[in-house]
Amino acid sequence: MKKIYLIIISSCLASSAMAGGYRVALQGQKALGMGHAGVAMTDSSEVIFFNPGGMTQLEADTDITGGITLLDGETLYQNELTNASAKTDNPLGTPINFYYASRISSEMSWGLGVYTPYGNTVEWPTDWEGSHLVNSIELKTIFIQPTIAYQINDSYSVGFGLAYVNGLVDFNRNLSTSLADANGDRSNVTIEASSVDAWGANIGLMAKVNEELSLGFNYRTKIDLEARNDSADFQNIPTSLQSTFPDTTFDADLVLPAELTIGLAYKYSEQTTLAFDINRTFWSAYEDLTVEFDNGAGTSTNPRNYKDVNIYRFGVQHQLNDQWILRGGIYFDESPVRDGYFAPETPRNDSIGYTAGASYKYSDNLEFDISFLLLTFDEIDNSYDFYEESGTPIPFGGTYDSSATAIGFGLSYRY
Amino acid sequence: MKYSIKHVFYALTAATLITGCEAEFDNPVGDVSSYSSGTADFSTFVALGDSLTAGYADGALYRTGQESSYGAILAQQFALVGGGAFAQPLMPVEATGSLNFGGTDVITDDRFFLFPTGDPTSPVGPARLSDVAPSLVISTDISTRLTGPFNNMGVPGAKSFHLGAPGYGDSSLAAIGGGTANPYFSYFSSADGTDMITDAAGQLPSFFVLWIGNNDILSYATGGGVGIDQTNNFDPTTYGSEDITDPNAVFPSTYTGLVAAMTASSAKGVLVNIPDVSTIPYFTTVPYNAIPLTAAEAAAGNAGFAAYNGGVNAILGATTPEAIQRQIVFVEGQNPVVILDEDLTDLTSFDAALVNMRMATINDFVVLPTASKLGEDAGGGFLWGISAPLLDEDVLKESEVTAVEDARTLYNATILAAADASADLLHFDASAMMAELSTSGIFYGTGGITATFATGGGFSLDGVHPTARGYAVISNAIIDEINTGFSANIPHVDPGTYTTVFYQ
Repeated sequence: MKKIYLIIISSCLASSAMAGGYRVALQGQKALGMGHAGVAMTDSSEVIFFNPGGMTQLEADTDITGGITLLDGETLYQNELTNASAKTDNPLGTPINFYYASRISSEMSWGLGVYTPYGNTVEWPTDWEGSHLVNSIELKTIFIQPTIAYQINDSYSVGFGLAYVNGLVDFNRNLSTSLADANGDRSNVTIEASSVDAWGANIGLMAKVNEELSLGFNYRTKIDLEARNDSADFQNIPTSLQSTFPDTTFDADLVLPAELTIGLAYKYSEQTTLAFDINRTFWSAYEDLTVEFDNGAGTSTNPRNYKDVNIYRFGVQHQLNDQWILRGGIYFDESPVRDGYFAPETPRNDSIGYTAGASYKYSDNLEFDISFLLLTFDEIDNSYDFYEESGTPIPFGGTYDSSATAIGFGLSYRY
Repeated sequence: MKYSIKHVFYALTAATLITGCEAEFDNPVGDVSSYSSGTADFSTFVALGDSLTAGYADGALYRTGQESSYGAILAQQFALVGGGAFAQPLMPVEATGSLNFGGTDVITDDRFFLFPTGDPTSPVGPARLSDVAPSLVISTDISTRLTGPFNNMGVPGAKSFHLGAPGYGDSSLAAIGGGTANPYFSYFSSADGTDMITDAAGQLPSFFVLWIGNNDILSYATGGGVGIDQTNNFDPTTYGSEDITDPNAVFPSTYTGLVAAMTASSAKGVLVNIPDVSTIPYFTTVPYNAIPLTAAEAAAGNAGFAAYNGGVNAILGATTPEAIQRQIVFVEGQNPVVILDEDLTDLTSFDAALVNMRMATINDFVVLPTASKLGEDAGGGFLWGISAPLLDEDVLKESEVTAVEDARTLYNATILAAADASADLLHFDASAMMAELSTSGIFYGTGGITATFATGGGFSLDGVHPTARGYAVISNAIIDEINTGFSANIPHVDPGTYTTVFYQ
C-alpha cells in the first residue's frame, strides 16, 4: 500500500489524461485496480467482458458483479504564436458495468454483461479558436451482451458473447472559421443521432496451464455505428444563406474498432497474483469521419487515418487477510493519432495510467470494490492539417495537455 | 479492524491527491509574468489617424468595428504589460453607420452586408443597408458630444493637414455642412475650436501610433481621379476634398509637426506608412477587361464604333500612337471596358461624336462601385463600358495611378525619415504588409487572410478597410515591431477569433 501511495504522489509531480481515441477502458473495478488487465483472470463475472472463456472457471455458481466509475477529464489547449488558450469543461463521465454469470452444468455457464466501453464527452468553450472543428461532442454507447461459455477439459474453456450495441452522438461545430449572422453570432451545426443500433461479438479462450499460470485470449469485433437520416440543426445562419443551409438530416458512420487481447495471470504465491495483458486496438479502421448532409452543406469528409496501437497492462493483487484484497497496476497506452491528424474532438496523446484498488469482503456472499485511476498524458505539440476553406488548407494546431482521474465503486454478490 | 481503518485512511488520502492532479502546461501562454513592456511605457496610449485608426469597416463606423480597431486590440495586449485604459468614441450598439445632427442627415451611408441576390450561382452580394433595407437603418445623432478624452483619435476622412486644423471638430451644422468640420470629430472633440492634434497630444501620451496620410491620396484614388493633383500647391486651404496633398512641402511640414507634437511628452511611438492602392480590392476586384461579348455582340459594337475609329484616324493619322490607343475594337470573349480619358486630345471641335474615349488597359483600375454599372443602360440604349464610355470617376486611369504613386512614395519617404530620426520612434511598413496580403496572403498559424474581395477575410465589404480579422493581423505586426524595437515581450492575439464579413 505504501508503494501505491508513493506512485500516486510522484505521478502528480511528474505530469499533467482517457485511452486513445474514444475508447474508455473502465469495464470492471477489480480489473481497473490492476491496470485494467484481466484477460487471464477468473476472480469475478467481469470475465464476461474481459474473456467470456473464463466464465466456467468462476468459483461460485452465480456471480453478480457491477459498478460505476466517476471519470473526470480535462484538456488544455494553447498556441504560443497566437497566444490563444482554451480549456475543456467536461461533465463528469459515469461509465457503468454489470455482469451476471451462472453455472448451468459442470461444463456450461451463461451470463449477461452490460457495459459502456466507448464514449467521449468534450466541451470546449463555444466559439473557441478551434470551433470550426468542434465546439462540443458527446458520444455514448451501451453494450448488452448475452454470453455462454463451455469448459472443453480441465485446461481449456471457450466463451462467446453476442453484443447488442446502442449508441448516441451529439456533435456541434461552427460552419467555418468566419461565417456569422448579422449580429455576429457564429453559424454552427449540431448533428444528433440517438439510439443507433449495431451488433458485435466477444470471443474468448482461457487456458489453465497449471495451478499457477493461466493464459487468456480475447477478440472483440469491429462495430459500425451507422447513423441514418438523423437530425442536423443549423443555427445562426445569415438570412441570405438560410435557403442553402436549412435544417436537414445527415448520414454518418462511426467505427468502434476491433480489439485483440492476449495475456497471462500468474499466481506468485497463495496470496499474490500478477497479471499482464497486451491489447491491440485496430484503430486503422477509423479512416475518416464523413458526414453527409442533405442540404447545401454537402458531404463533410474529415480524414482521421488512425493507426493500430498496443496497450500494455500490468497488475498485481494481494490477499492481505480474510477481508481485504489490495490491487495496483499501471498501463501504457499508445495514441492512435498520427501527426497532422490531431483533431480537438479526441485530443489525446500517449498516456500512462496508474491504478489502485481494493476489495473488502463483508460476508461470504458480498464483497465491496473500490478503484482509482490516474491517467497522465504527454504534453504534445500537434495540429490538424486537413481542414479547408475554398480549397485553402487551414491547419489548426498548438500545444495540448490532458489529464483524467477516476474513482470507481463496485460490488460482487456470489452464491 | 486495525488494518481496515488504516486502509480507509490511505484510500482517502489517495483520492484527495488524485483530484488535486490537473493538466498543466510546462510554459502556459497566459503567464503574465513572462511579458514585458521593454523600454516602452504604455500607461497612456493614443492612436492618432483616420478611418483605419477609428476601426472603420464595411463603409461605416460602427460599434463592433471600433471594438476591433487596431488601437483597441493593441491596448488590450498592452494591458498585460502596464497599459492603461483605452477610451474610444464608441457609436451606439444598434447604430448602423449613418449620422445626423439633431435630425439633419450628415452621413447617409450605412454598413455594407452581404445580401441575398436571388441568383443561385452567386447567392449573396454586397450592398449598403441604406440601399437595400432602409427600414433597418439606425442613424446616430451626433449633436450631443461625447465626453473625452479619447485614446482612439481616429477620424474617418481626416487628411494629414486636417489634424492641425482648428474647428475640424466644430459641433455645429453650419461647420459640418460647410465642410470645415468633420462630423466624426464633431461627435467627440473637446471643444469647437480645438483640433485633433491638440486633443491627442493634450493627453500627454506615453506611447502613440500615428497612421495618417492615407486620405491624402486615397480620396483622389477612390474618386477615380476626379480630384486634382495639388503637388506644388502649398496652400491646403485651396484643396478640394478629393485632391492629392502636395508631397513636397505640405505633407512633410505637416507630418513633422504632428510627430513633434506627439513626442513633446517624451512619448515613444510607431509611425505607419501608406499602402499602395494597387494592393486593395477596391481597385483590383473589377478587371480592366470585364466585358464578355459574343461574336455577334462584338460585331455590332465594332459597327457602332467604326465611324469613331475612322474619324480619329483621319484627324490624328492612323499610325500615330494616340490614334492607335483610341481604336475601339471588340472581339468574341473578354473585352476591355471603354472609358473616357480627359488626357486625350480633344477632337470634339472637329466632330462632337469624337469624344475622348479609349479602351482600358491592364494599368487602369476600374473602381469597385463601377462593377454594378457595367453593361447597364446608360440611357438611349447605350451600355456602360461598351457603347457608353465609363466616366472619369469610374476608373483610376494609368496617369492617375502614377500621380497617386508619386505622392505616396514621397509621403512614405517622409514617414520613414521621421521614424529614423529618433530612437524613440519605430516604423511599421504597412505598405509591405498589404503587398504581402495581396500577393501571397498572410497566414497566422490557425488560418489566413487574403486580399480577395468579400471572401479573402482580410478586407471588409467596402473593399478599402480591413475586417476585424485584418485589423488583428495589423495589430500583431505592430506588436512585432514593438517587441523588436523596444525589447518588449507582448503576446499576439489570435486573428482567427475576430470576425470577417457580415451577412444580412
